[in-house]
Amino acid sequence: MSLYATANQTVGPFLHIGLAWLNTDRIAAPGVQGERVTIQGRLLDGDGVGVGDGMIEVWQANAQGKYAHPEDKQKKPLDPAFRGFGRIPTSAKGAFRFSTIKPGGVPGLDGTLQAPHLVVSVFMRGQLKHLATRIYFPDEAANAKDPILALVPSARRGTLVAKKIAGRESALEWNVVLQGRGETVFFDF
Amino acid sequence: MSKLRGYRRPHPGTQPDYDYPPYASTAKRHPTQPLVIAPQTLSELTGPIFGHDDLKPGDHDLTRQHKGEPIGERIIVSGRVLDENGKAAAHTLIEIWQANAAGRYPHRTDQHDAPLDPNFSGAGRALTDAEGRYRFVTIRPGEYPWRNHHNAWRPAHIHFSLFGPAFMTRLVTQMYFPGDPLLEYDPMYNCIADEKARKRLISTFDWETTVPEHALGYRFDIVLRGEEATPMEKNGK
Repeated sequence: MSLYATANQTVGPFLHIGLAWLNTDRIAAPGVQGERVTIQGRLLDGDGVGVGDGMIEVWQANAQGKYAHPEDKQKKPLDPAFRGFGRIPTSAKGAFRFSTIKPGGVPGLDGTLQAPHLVVSVFMRGQLKHLATRIYFPDEAANAKDPILALVPSARRGTLVAKKIAGRESALEWNVVLQGRGETVFFDF
Repeated sequence: MSKLRGYRRPHPGTQPDYDYPPYASTAKRHPTQPLVIAPQTLSELTGPIFGHDDLKPGDHDLTRQHKGEPIGERIIVSGRVLDENGKAAAHTLIEIWQANAAGRYPHRTDQHDAPLDPNFSGAGRALTDAEGRYRFVTIRPGEYPWRNHHNAWRPAHIHFSLFGPAFMTRLVTQMYFPGDPLLEYDPMYNCIADEKARKRLISTFDWETTVPEHALGYRFDIVLRGEEATPMEKNGK
Protein backbone atom coordinates (compact mmCIF):
# COMPACT_ATOMS: atom_id res chain seq x y z
CA MET A 1 0.00 0.00 0.00
CA SER A 2 1.36 3.37 -0.93
CA LEU A 3 -0.32 6.70 -0.28
CA TYR A 4 0.85 10.26 -0.71
CA ALA A 5 1.20 12.50 2.31
CA THR A 6 -1.54 15.08 2.78
CA ALA A 7 -0.61 18.52 1.47
CA ASN A 8 0.51 21.19 3.89
CA GLN A 9 -1.48 24.40 4.20
CA THR A 10 -0.72 27.65 5.97
CA VAL A 11 -1.43 28.09 9.67
CA GLY A 12 -3.01 31.43 8.70
CA PRO A 13 -3.24 34.52 10.91
CA PHE A 14 -5.31 32.92 13.66
CA LEU A 15 -2.99 30.03 14.45
CA HIS A 16 -2.86 30.82 18.13
CA ILE A 17 -6.56 30.04 18.58
CA GLY A 18 -5.81 26.41 18.05
CA LEU A 19 -2.21 26.20 19.12
CA ALA A 20 -1.67 28.50 22.11
CA TRP A 21 -2.81 25.89 24.65
CA LEU A 22 0.51 24.09 24.09
CA ASN A 23 2.73 27.18 24.22
CA THR A 24 5.84 26.26 26.18
CA ASP A 25 8.62 28.78 26.51
CA ARG A 26 10.22 27.00 29.45
CA ILE A 27 11.32 23.77 27.86
CA ALA A 28 13.21 22.57 30.91
CA ALA A 29 11.35 22.71 34.22
CA PRO A 30 13.30 23.49 37.40
CA GLY A 31 15.23 20.44 38.46
CA VAL A 32 15.97 19.22 34.97
CA GLN A 33 19.65 18.48 34.72
CA GLY A 34 21.80 20.53 32.39
CA GLU A 35 23.34 23.89 31.62
CA ARG A 36 20.60 26.53 31.60
CA VAL A 37 20.34 28.76 28.58
CA THR A 38 17.91 31.39 27.33
CA ILE A 39 17.55 31.91 23.60
CA GLN A 40 15.89 34.98 22.19
CA GLY A 41 15.52 36.50 18.79
CA ARG A 42 13.18 37.77 16.13
CA LEU A 43 11.40 36.32 13.15
CA LEU A 44 11.94 38.80 10.30
CA ASP A 45 10.34 38.99 6.87
CA GLY A 46 11.91 40.14 3.60
CA ASP A 47 11.55 43.81 4.59
CA GLY A 48 13.19 43.20 7.94
CA VAL A 49 9.84 43.60 9.64
CA GLY A 50 9.00 41.34 12.56
CA VAL A 51 6.47 38.61 11.83
CA GLY A 52 3.77 39.02 14.46
CA ASP A 53 1.69 36.02 13.46
CA GLY A 54 4.16 33.19 13.70
CA MET A 55 5.64 30.67 16.06
CA ILE A 56 8.56 28.33 16.37
CA GLU A 57 8.60 24.79 17.67
CA VAL A 58 11.73 23.34 19.23
CA TRP A 59 12.73 19.71 19.70
CA GLN A 60 15.83 18.63 21.54
CA ALA A 61 17.66 15.91 23.43
CA ASN A 62 18.39 16.08 27.15
CA ALA A 63 21.74 17.04 28.66
CA GLN A 64 23.01 13.50 28.05
CA GLY A 65 22.16 13.63 24.36
CA LYS A 66 19.13 11.34 24.65
CA TYR A 67 15.75 12.00 23.05
CA ALA A 68 12.57 11.14 24.95
CA HIS A 69 11.40 8.95 22.09
CA PRO A 70 11.35 5.18 21.47
CA GLU A 71 13.41 5.56 18.29
CA ASP A 72 16.36 6.68 20.42
CA LYS A 73 17.84 3.38 21.55
CA GLN A 74 21.06 4.77 23.02
CA LYS A 75 21.96 3.50 26.46
CA LYS A 76 21.79 6.90 28.08
CA PRO A 77 19.53 8.03 30.93
CA LEU A 78 16.23 9.76 30.30
CA ASP A 79 15.13 12.63 32.49
CA PRO A 80 11.47 11.90 33.33
CA ALA A 81 10.73 15.60 33.82
CA PHE A 82 12.01 16.54 30.38
CA ARG A 83 10.05 16.10 27.14
CA GLY A 84 12.27 18.39 25.07
CA PHE A 85 9.52 20.21 23.23
CA GLY A 86 8.86 23.93 23.05
CA ARG A 87 6.29 25.99 21.18
CA ILE A 88 6.93 29.71 21.28
CA PRO A 89 4.70 32.29 19.62
CA THR A 90 6.17 35.49 18.25
CA SER A 91 5.14 38.80 19.81
CA ALA A 92 3.48 41.54 17.74
CA LYS A 93 7.01 42.68 16.83
CA GLY A 94 8.15 39.23 15.84
CA ALA A 95 10.17 38.54 18.98
CA PHE A 96 10.44 35.19 20.71
CA ARG A 97 12.26 33.94 23.77
CA PHE A 98 12.57 30.61 25.53
CA SER A 99 14.62 28.94 28.20
CA THR A 100 15.95 25.41 28.18
CA ILE A 101 19.03 23.33 28.86
CA LYS A 102 21.84 22.78 26.41
CA PRO A 103 21.44 19.30 24.95
CA GLY A 104 24.23 16.76 24.78
CA GLY A 105 25.62 15.58 21.47
CA VAL A 106 23.56 13.02 19.59
CA PRO A 107 24.58 10.47 16.95
CA GLY A 108 24.81 11.50 13.34
CA LEU A 109 25.02 9.09 10.44
CA ASP A 110 27.69 6.48 9.92
CA GLY A 111 29.12 6.70 13.40
CA THR A 112 29.57 10.45 13.44
CA LEU A 113 28.56 12.60 16.37
CA GLN A 114 26.46 15.72 15.96
CA ALA A 115 27.26 18.86 17.88
CA PRO A 116 24.67 19.96 20.46
CA HIS A 117 21.72 21.47 18.62
CA LEU A 118 18.02 22.11 18.71
CA VAL A 119 15.83 21.36 15.71
CA VAL A 120 13.31 24.06 14.92
CA SER A 121 10.12 24.29 12.85
CA VAL A 122 9.00 27.78 11.82
CA PHE A 123 5.32 28.50 11.19
CA MET A 124 3.56 31.69 10.11
CA ARG A 125 0.84 33.22 8.02
CA GLY A 126 2.15 33.65 4.48
CA GLN A 127 3.87 30.30 4.53
CA LEU A 128 2.23 27.30 2.89
CA LYS A 129 4.33 24.77 4.80
CA HIS A 130 6.62 25.12 7.77
CA LEU A 131 10.37 25.59 7.49
CA ALA A 132 12.95 23.40 9.22
CA THR A 133 16.15 24.81 10.67
CA ARG A 134 18.56 24.25 13.57
CA ILE A 135 20.14 26.15 16.43
CA TYR A 136 23.76 25.36 17.34
CA PHE A 137 25.75 26.76 20.26
CA PRO A 138 28.66 29.22 20.20
CA ASP A 139 32.19 28.26 21.27
CA GLU A 140 31.40 24.62 20.70
CA ALA A 141 34.37 22.72 19.31
CA ALA A 142 32.09 19.96 18.00
CA ASN A 143 30.51 22.38 15.52
CA ALA A 144 33.56 22.04 13.30
CA LYS A 145 32.88 18.33 12.84
CA ASP A 146 29.10 18.42 12.73
CA PRO A 147 27.91 16.46 9.68
CA ILE A 148 24.87 18.64 9.04
CA LEU A 149 26.68 21.97 9.43
CA ALA A 150 29.25 20.60 7.01
CA LEU A 151 26.58 20.50 4.30
CA VAL A 152 25.95 24.23 4.65
CA PRO A 153 28.04 26.69 2.60
CA SER A 154 30.56 28.09 5.09
CA ALA A 155 29.46 31.68 4.54
CA ARG A 156 25.95 30.79 5.71
CA ARG A 157 26.76 28.49 8.65
CA GLY A 158 26.75 31.38 11.07
CA THR A 159 22.98 31.76 10.66
CA LEU A 160 22.56 28.48 12.51
CA VAL A 161 24.81 29.34 15.46
CA ALA A 162 23.32 31.36 18.30
CA LYS A 163 25.40 34.31 19.49
CA LYS A 164 26.34 35.30 23.00
CA ILE A 165 24.71 38.44 24.33
CA ALA A 166 27.35 40.70 25.83
CA GLY A 167 27.00 41.16 29.57
CA ARG A 168 24.32 38.50 29.96
CA GLU A 169 25.50 35.15 31.07
CA SER A 170 23.82 32.12 29.49
CA ALA A 171 21.70 34.30 27.21
CA LEU A 172 21.94 33.70 23.48
CA GLU A 173 20.54 35.45 20.44
CA TRP A 174 19.34 33.61 17.37
CA ASN A 175 17.21 35.19 14.67
CA VAL A 176 15.15 33.77 11.84
CA VAL A 177 15.76 35.90 8.75
CA LEU A 178 13.45 34.80 5.97
CA GLN A 179 15.06 36.66 3.07
CA GLY A 180 18.07 38.66 2.02
CA ARG A 181 21.22 39.52 3.93
CA GLY A 182 21.90 36.95 6.60
CA GLU A 183 19.07 34.75 5.37
CA THR A 184 18.72 31.81 7.71
CA VAL A 185 19.60 28.38 6.37
CA PHE A 186 16.56 26.14 6.08
CA PHE A 187 16.75 22.41 5.45
CA ASP A 188 15.02 19.97 3.20
CA PHE A 189 15.14 16.66 5.06
CA MET B 1 22.36 2.35 17.41
CA SER B 2 21.00 0.06 14.77
CA LYS B 3 19.81 1.14 11.36
CA LEU B 4 17.37 4.01 11.22
CA ARG B 5 14.81 4.31 8.51
CA GLY B 6 14.18 7.70 6.97
CA TYR B 7 10.97 9.23 5.75
CA ARG B 8 10.13 9.44 2.07
CA ARG B 9 10.42 12.72 0.25
CA PRO B 10 7.17 14.17 -1.09
CA HIS B 11 5.87 13.04 -4.43
CA PRO B 12 6.32 15.88 -6.99
CA GLY B 13 3.38 18.28 -7.14
CA THR B 14 1.72 17.07 -3.96
CA GLN B 15 3.11 19.76 -1.65
CA PRO B 16 3.00 23.56 -2.02
CA ASP B 17 6.00 25.74 -2.85
CA TYR B 18 7.10 28.43 -0.43
CA ASP B 19 6.86 31.13 -3.09
CA TYR B 20 3.37 31.21 -4.53
CA PRO B 21 2.42 34.63 -5.95
CA PRO B 22 -1.38 34.08 -5.92
CA TYR B 23 -1.06 34.00 -2.10
CA ALA B 24 0.35 37.51 -1.77
CA SER B 25 1.81 37.12 1.72
CA THR B 26 4.27 34.48 0.54
CA ALA B 27 6.23 37.21 -1.31
CA LYS B 28 8.13 38.46 1.74
CA ARG B 29 8.00 35.25 3.71
CA HIS B 30 9.59 32.59 1.54
CA PRO B 31 13.28 31.71 1.57
CA THR B 32 15.11 33.05 -1.48
CA GLN B 33 18.10 30.75 -1.06
CA PRO B 34 17.69 27.09 -1.95
CA LEU B 35 16.97 24.80 0.99
CA VAL B 36 19.97 22.74 2.07
CA ILE B 37 19.20 19.10 1.38
CA ALA B 38 20.21 17.04 4.37
CA PRO B 39 19.93 13.45 5.57
CA GLN B 40 17.52 12.66 8.37
CA THR B 41 19.31 11.99 11.64
CA LEU B 42 18.09 10.84 15.02
CA SER B 43 17.07 14.47 15.66
CA GLU B 44 14.58 14.40 12.78
CA LEU B 45 13.46 10.79 13.28
CA THR B 46 12.30 11.51 16.82
CA GLY B 47 9.79 14.08 18.01
CA PRO B 48 7.57 15.05 20.91
CA ILE B 49 5.09 12.50 22.15
CA PHE B 50 1.80 13.54 23.70
CA GLY B 51 -0.68 11.48 25.65
CA HIS B 52 -4.02 11.58 27.37
CA ASP B 53 -2.42 13.49 30.26
CA ASP B 54 -2.03 16.43 27.90
CA LEU B 55 -5.75 16.59 27.13
CA LYS B 56 -8.95 17.18 29.06
CA PRO B 57 -12.12 15.16 28.57
CA GLY B 58 -14.28 16.95 26.04
CA ASP B 59 -11.41 18.68 24.24
CA HIS B 60 -12.69 17.04 21.05
CA ASP B 61 -16.18 18.58 21.37
CA LEU B 62 -16.16 22.24 20.32
CA THR B 63 -19.91 22.54 20.96
CA ARG B 64 -19.60 21.99 24.72
CA GLN B 65 -16.91 24.37 25.81
CA HIS B 66 -19.29 27.06 27.07
CA LYS B 67 -22.57 27.39 28.96
CA GLY B 68 -24.73 27.43 25.86
CA GLU B 69 -24.53 25.72 22.53
CA PRO B 70 -22.90 27.54 19.64
CA ILE B 71 -25.01 28.85 16.79
CA GLY B 72 -24.69 26.92 13.56
CA GLU B 73 -25.00 23.54 11.97
CA ARG B 74 -23.62 20.83 14.27
CA ILE B 75 -21.28 18.43 12.45
CA ILE B 76 -19.08 15.47 13.24
CA VAL B 77 -15.66 15.41 11.64
CA SER B 78 -13.86 12.10 11.83
CA GLY B 79 -11.37 10.01 9.95
CA ARG B 80 -8.17 8.06 10.17
CA VAL B 81 -4.58 9.16 10.28
CA LEU B 82 -2.30 6.84 8.34
CA ASP B 83 1.21 7.06 7.01
CA GLU B 84 2.17 6.66 3.35
CA ASN B 85 2.57 2.93 3.90
CA GLY B 86 -1.00 2.65 5.14
CA LYS B 87 0.06 2.14 8.73
CA ALA B 88 -2.16 3.75 11.37
CA ALA B 89 -0.71 6.74 13.21
CA ALA B 90 -1.76 5.60 16.68
CA HIS B 91 -2.15 7.90 19.70
CA THR B 92 -1.02 10.99 17.85
CA LEU B 93 -2.12 14.50 18.73
CA ILE B 94 -4.47 16.43 16.45
CA GLU B 95 -5.22 20.11 17.06
CA ILE B 96 -7.93 21.92 15.15
CA TRP B 97 -9.14 25.51 14.93
CA GLN B 98 -11.78 27.23 12.85
CA ALA B 99 -14.09 30.21 12.39
CA ASN B 100 -17.59 30.24 13.88
CA ALA B 101 -20.74 29.70 11.82
CA ALA B 102 -20.70 33.35 10.74
CA GLY B 103 -17.12 33.18 9.49
CA ARG B 104 -15.55 35.01 12.42
CA TYR B 105 -12.58 34.09 14.60
CA PRO B 106 -12.40 35.23 18.22
CA HIS B 107 -9.10 36.98 17.57
CA ARG B 108 -8.08 40.62 17.96
CA THR B 109 -6.87 40.87 14.38
CA ASP B 110 -10.04 39.46 12.81
CA GLN B 111 -11.89 42.59 11.71
CA HIS B 112 -14.57 40.84 9.68
CA ASP B 113 -17.95 42.44 10.35
CA ALA B 114 -19.68 39.24 11.43
CA PRO B 115 -20.88 38.34 14.91
CA LEU B 116 -18.77 36.58 17.49
CA ASP B 117 -20.44 33.66 19.22
CA PRO B 118 -19.94 33.69 23.00
CA ASN B 119 -20.50 29.94 22.99
CA PHE B 120 -17.83 29.09 20.45
CA SER B 121 -14.07 29.39 20.79
CA GLY B 122 -13.24 27.31 17.74
CA ALA B 123 -10.37 25.18 19.09
CA GLY B 124 -10.24 21.45 19.78
CA ARG B 125 -7.82 18.63 20.36
CA ALA B 126 -7.85 14.86 20.23
CA LEU B 127 -5.57 11.86 20.24
CA THR B 128 -6.04 9.19 17.61
CA ASP B 129 -6.85 5.70 18.88
CA ALA B 130 -4.79 2.56 18.26
CA GLU B 131 -6.16 2.37 14.68
CA GLY B 132 -5.44 6.02 13.96
CA ARG B 133 -9.09 7.07 14.24
CA TYR B 134 -10.18 10.46 15.54
CA ARG B 135 -13.49 12.26 15.99
CA PHE B 136 -14.45 15.88 16.60
CA VAL B 137 -17.85 17.43 17.22
CA THR B 138 -18.10 21.03 16.04
CA ILE B 139 -20.20 23.37 13.95
CA ARG B 140 -19.76 24.00 10.28
CA PRO B 141 -17.47 27.02 9.89
CA GLY B 142 -18.57 29.99 7.78
CA GLU B 143 -16.74 31.40 4.78
CA TYR B 144 -15.05 34.74 5.35
CA PRO B 145 -13.42 37.53 3.37
CA TRP B 146 -9.69 38.21 3.35
CA ARG B 147 -7.66 40.88 1.65
CA ASN B 148 -5.48 38.82 -0.63
CA HIS B 149 -7.14 40.20 -3.78
CA HIS B 150 -10.36 41.97 -4.74
CA ASN B 151 -13.44 40.23 -3.32
CA ALA B 152 -11.37 37.39 -1.90
CA TRP B 153 -13.25 34.86 0.24
CA ARG B 154 -11.91 31.78 1.95
CA PRO B 155 -13.92 28.62 1.44
CA ALA B 156 -15.19 27.05 4.66
CA HIS B 157 -12.31 25.19 6.29
CA ILE B 158 -10.96 23.70 9.48
CA HIS B 159 -7.26 23.97 10.31
CA PHE B 160 -5.57 20.71 11.34
CA SER B 161 -2.21 20.34 13.08
CA LEU B 162 -0.62 16.91 13.57
CA PHE B 163 2.65 15.66 15.01
CA GLY B 164 2.90 12.01 14.05
CA PRO B 165 5.81 9.97 15.38
CA ALA B 166 8.71 12.29 14.45
CA PHE B 167 9.89 15.82 13.68
CA MET B 168 9.69 14.68 10.04
CA THR B 169 5.98 13.92 10.16
CA ARG B 170 4.79 17.30 11.44
CA LEU B 171 1.86 18.47 9.33
CA VAL B 172 -0.38 21.53 9.32
CA THR B 173 -3.17 21.45 6.79
CA GLN B 174 -6.75 22.56 6.17
CA MET B 175 -9.88 20.51 5.61
CA TYR B 176 -12.49 21.76 3.15
CA PHE B 177 -16.12 20.83 2.50
CA PRO B 178 -17.49 19.07 -0.58
CA GLY B 179 -19.22 21.23 -3.18
CA ASP B 180 -17.86 24.55 -1.90
CA PRO B 181 -18.10 27.00 -4.84
CA LEU B 182 -15.21 29.08 -3.47
CA LEU B 183 -12.61 26.32 -3.76
CA GLU B 184 -11.76 26.96 -7.40
CA TYR B 185 -10.91 30.59 -6.61
CA ASP B 186 -8.94 29.96 -3.42
CA PRO B 187 -5.15 30.41 -3.61
CA MET B 188 -4.60 28.20 -0.56
CA TYR B 189 -6.49 25.30 -2.06
CA ASN B 190 -4.95 25.84 -5.49
CA CYS B 191 -1.36 26.07 -4.29
CA ILE B 192 -1.09 22.31 -4.72
CA ALA B 193 -0.28 21.52 -8.34
CA ASP B 194 -1.41 17.90 -8.30
CA GLU B 195 -5.19 17.78 -8.70
CA LYS B 196 -5.64 14.53 -6.80
CA ALA B 197 -3.54 15.79 -3.91
CA ARG B 198 -5.61 18.97 -3.86
CA LYS B 199 -8.87 17.09 -3.80
CA ARG B 200 -7.74 15.00 -0.87
CA LEU B 201 -8.07 18.16 1.24
CA ILE B 202 -11.83 18.04 0.69
CA SER B 203 -13.73 16.00 3.23
CA THR B 204 -16.52 13.70 2.11
CA PHE B 205 -20.05 13.62 3.42
CA ASP B 206 -20.37 10.44 5.45
CA TRP B 207 -23.64 8.63 6.23
CA GLU B 208 -21.83 6.25 8.55
CA THR B 209 -20.89 8.92 11.06
CA THR B 210 -24.01 11.01 10.55
CA VAL B 211 -26.10 10.80 13.72
CA PRO B 212 -29.88 10.74 13.14
CA GLU B 213 -31.72 13.82 14.42
CA HIS B 214 -28.39 15.28 15.56
CA ALA B 215 -25.52 16.01 13.19
CA LEU B 216 -24.13 15.41 9.70
CA GLY B 217 -20.88 13.53 9.44
CA TYR B 218 -17.85 14.47 7.36
CA ARG B 219 -14.91 12.20 6.84
CA PHE B 220 -11.38 13.48 6.48
CA ASP B 221 -8.52 10.99 6.30
CA ILE B 222 -5.01 12.31 6.74
CA VAL B 223 -1.76 10.81 5.51
CA LEU B 224 1.56 11.57 7.20
CA ARG B 225 4.96 11.00 5.64
CA GLY B 226 5.88 7.32 5.74
CA GLU B 227 9.16 5.55 6.23
CA GLU B 228 11.24 4.37 3.34
CA ALA B 229 10.81 0.70 2.53
CA THR B 230 14.44 -0.08 3.30
CA PRO B 231 16.77 1.30 5.93
CA MET B 232 18.66 4.21 4.42
CA GLU B 233 21.94 4.37 6.31
CA LYS B 234 23.63 2.99 9.31
CA ASN B 235 23.59 5.17 12.32
CA GLY B 236 26.36 5.85 14.76
CA LYS B 237 26.47 4.31 18.16
